[in-house]
Amino acid sequence: MAKIVDEALARSFGLSAEEYARVLAIMGRTPSLTELGVFSVMWSEHCSYKSSRVWLKTLPTKAPWVIHGPGENAGVVDIGDGLAAIFKMESHNHPSFIEPHQGAATGVGGILRDVFTMGARPVANLNALRFGDPNHPRTKRTVDGVVRGVGGYGNCVGVPTVGGEVNFHPAYNGNPLVNAMTVGIARQDRIFLSAAAGIGNPVVYVGSKTGRDGIHGATMASTEFGKDSEEKRPTVQVGDPFTEKLLIEACLELMATDAIIAIQDMGAAGLTSSSVEMAGKGDVGIELDLDAVPQRETGMTAYEMMLSESQERMLIVIRPDRQDMARAIFDKWELDFAVIGHLTDTGHIVVKHKGVVEADIPLAPLADQAPLYHRPIAETPKRAPLGYVASPLGMADAVMQLIACPDLCSRAWIWDQYDSTVGGQTVKRPGAADAAVVKVDGFARALALTTDCTPRYCAADAEAGAAQAVAEAWRNITAVGARPLAITDNMNFGNPEKPEIMGQFASAIKGMAAACIALDFPVVSGNVSLYNETEGKGILPTPAIGGLGVLEDAAQAVGIAPAAGLDLVLIGATVGHLGQSLWLREIAKREDGPPPPVDLVAERRNGDFVRGEILAGRVRACHDISDGGTLIAVVEMALAGNVGIDLLPRHEEIAPHAFWFGEDQARYIVAVASAAAFIAAATAAGVPATLLGHTGHQAHLTLPGGATISREAVQRAHERFLPAWMDNAGER
Amino acid sequence: MRAGIVVFPGINRERDMAIALEISGAKPRMIWHRETDLSGLDLIVIPGGFSYGDYLRCGAMAAQSPVMRAVREHAARGGYVLGVCNGFQILTEMGMLPGVLLRNASLRFLSMDCYLRVERVTPAYTSKFAQGAVFRAPMAHGDGNYFANDATLDRLEGEGLVAFRYVTPHGEPTLAANRNGSARNIAGIYSENLRVLGLMPHPEDLVDKLMGGTDGKPLFDSIAAAA
Repeated sequence: MAKIVDEALARSFGLSAEEYARVLAIMGRTPSLTELGVFSVMWSEHCSYKSSRVWLKTLPTKAPWVIHGPGENAGVVDIGDGLAAIFKMESHNHPSFIEPHQGAATGVGGILRDVFTMGARPVANLNALRFGDPNHPRTKRTVDGVVRGVGGYGNCVGVPTVGGEVNFHPAYNGNPLVNAMTVGIARQDRIFLSAAAGIGNPVVYVGSKTGRDGIHGATMASTEFGKDSEEKRPTVQVGDPFTEKLLIEACLELMATDAIIAIQDMGAAGLTSSSVEMAGKGDVGIELDLDAVPQRETGMTAYEMMLSESQERMLIVIRPDRQDMARAIFDKWELDFAVIGHLTDTGHIVVKHKGVVEADIPLAPLADQAPLYHRPIAETPKRAPLGYVASPLGMADAVMQLIACPDLCSRAWIWDQYDSTVGGQTVKRPGAADAAVVKVDGFARALALTTDCTPRYCAADAEAGAAQAVAEAWRNITAVGARPLAITDNMNFGNPEKPEIMGQFASAIKGMAAACIALDFPVVSGNVSLYNETEGKGILPTPAIGGLGVLEDAAQAVGIAPAAGLDLVLIGATVGHLGQSLWLREIAKREDGPPPPVDLVAERRNGDFVRGEILAGRVRACHDISDGGTLIAVVEMALAGNVGIDLLPRHEEIAPHAFWFGEDQARYIVAVASAAAFIAAATAAGVPATLLGHTGHQAHLTLPGGATISREAVQRAHERFLPAWMDNAGER
Repeated sequence: MRAGIVVFPGINRERDMAIALEISGAKPRMIWHRETDLSGLDLIVIPGGFSYGDYLRCGAMAAQSPVMRAVREHAARGGYVLGVCNGFQILTEMGMLPGVLLRNASLRFLSMDCYLRVERVTPAYTSKFAQGAVFRAPMAHGDGNYFANDATLDRLEGEGLVAFRYVTPHGEPTLAANRNGSARNIAGIYSENLRVLGLMPHPEDLVDKLMGGTDGKPLFDSIAAAA
């Protein structure tokens, strides 16, 4: 404890000189080491959102069905029957780079706690993963560890992992993204918030014991990586999904009583952020006695305990007369339960350890005077239009190459390692539909869930790309027949101190906001991860969107697999936009042009029509058109349904490769019994619709030019990459 | 049959099991792991999950639990015991069923549908299946690779104690159908009196058309119909 608190130490804790001066002004003296630790984590980018807050405030967050928007541990929306869906997505990027398995595992654990701390039983996990170039020496190890971590944690706690997305790009070589989303269900009259209340009420610590793990994790997550990032491994925590499972059950059991006044999980910045935020939101003071904190190690200092990010811990403000009953519940689940403090009227957080006051900080200025930056912005120049690009490859060869590429190949190798059925409510498993569908136990209704973002679009035009991410989430939910309700966002960007990165961020927020408004699809929770850079190289801007929708009757959900003997109808207008398409990258070997424009009016009109037809029972299968364009969507449907498909010749004035591989937005392919009536209804609704072809029992696909490809060959190509790369597995 | 479902800390498929039993008309009750009075119950089900986190060998901790002594006595009295996934692992850890469940041959967790062939029709568990029937069931485990020495395997086969085998959709016990690498494609086995059954896959997660099919339902219909 011989460390001298001064500006140099403050800087090593991640505070700027100006920020440290502000600490001195608030305290009126030199802070203690523990106090400096509290300021540095609370004012870290990760906890304070100091670079992003001014922009986040501009996002639409309201709708009649929104019960709690951003500001709570997770977003809460009304899903009918007196029930609420509670959900959020959160990043664990930096830890997952340093130690992929534990980094990803604790990411899942953290987001689960954000959801059950509000009273919801977690019913589904999803994720959004971005990895580096498969040829980069580090990527394989990262993929292996992240998949094991995500699976290991989710499988053990018994929450099904039902969906997600994966991209590969060299921009993530030194900075993979692990964004984890949890969705839970609660009764609307049993939602728990974090604002502490009641002077004198006990503050209770439950869950795992505190160790020295993860100290300063939030600060680590707020800086770039250099060559020394490996040395940061001690800042990564280790997950214990078994304890998490017990914590879920114990908390839900306690939540069925009237004992809890406020509850918050100890996530980033552990005991510090949970106690500061609970007291701050409730406008009360809090006094903690660290001698009472359950400890896993001996000789821990106040500084270490306040900054530890040991996992699977919660802080609860409890009714004093319910303390014994609450303790009995945690005894039953064999978890620690310790009264470690009480609420006060001082407006301060006071931390005592071994009879000494180790910290005494006024809460109001700690929150109100937290740094807030209007960082300079440089807009990304718009990309020049692509112009005509000739096709270097025949259509059959292009299909075979595209369907096998890392960004389009089958993800089965990944989701086969995630338990997607535990709970017995999974209506549409990974790969079966554009959104996962999970029934609400005991009710007819179901949730539709998806995660989406196309980072290459965002890199070319962050505003259009972010709007596209929201639109695609909305479309995926629509494609199963569900009504989209709200999103959670996970904003992954580079160093915000660089104007071009801040420009990407600001543009992305603008694009998201426009799409959210046009689609009635507000943001109810989210997370920002900045400084995703290694040695000065930033990631592609990646505003990952987690979408949630509701189906009143789970039986109405449709998947992407058509039966034989149906007509395939293309919904939406096609102009053949190839800029930033996967065809352009994989076949023409170019990564340029603008991303496809997003017409939100058409998006809404087309989607509302498709959903109406699904709910009317006229659609047998539906698949949105995204990466790879129409032909890839058709192939995916053929593989999912195990059917042959006969595509009709086209007569548009669009080059065939642009028609079939262009990534125009607001489009779907639906399988219907009779195209004529369906197209007539679409036309009447002002929705472009055209017959693409038919499904049949044959074992091949017939391309519009008459060439055929065997479904088995396509399937082999589609399924080859991940097992071959990761497990050196031959074809099965 | 009156059924009880044992809940250890870390078990996570108890609800799935209860739903499946209820759909078939059985009315199970939950048994907390500290309980030792199993009177009035005909069938004890040990469901899937990660008892005690499975941080030691899978099922090794739960096998030492007080409730499992009561389960052993229940079986000794001729009672019925069904162990699924972690439940099967616990039963082998206790020696109530022979063999062990090793790490999957791929060394990865496997979550996917598999196909099972009914190797023997027994009154308590498979009366609603035809002999040799093939049905689909989800599996979700990291340690489902059944192993026993050849003498034990020969005895299990000779005495007709193999309950289910991993097969192709057409009923062939091929290498490819045996994803976790189990000896002789064995997915489930019976005790000598045919009253204790352990299996790795989860028929309880396929008992409703909405969730993708009712392939697993005959197992629970058989249980519900048994006297």
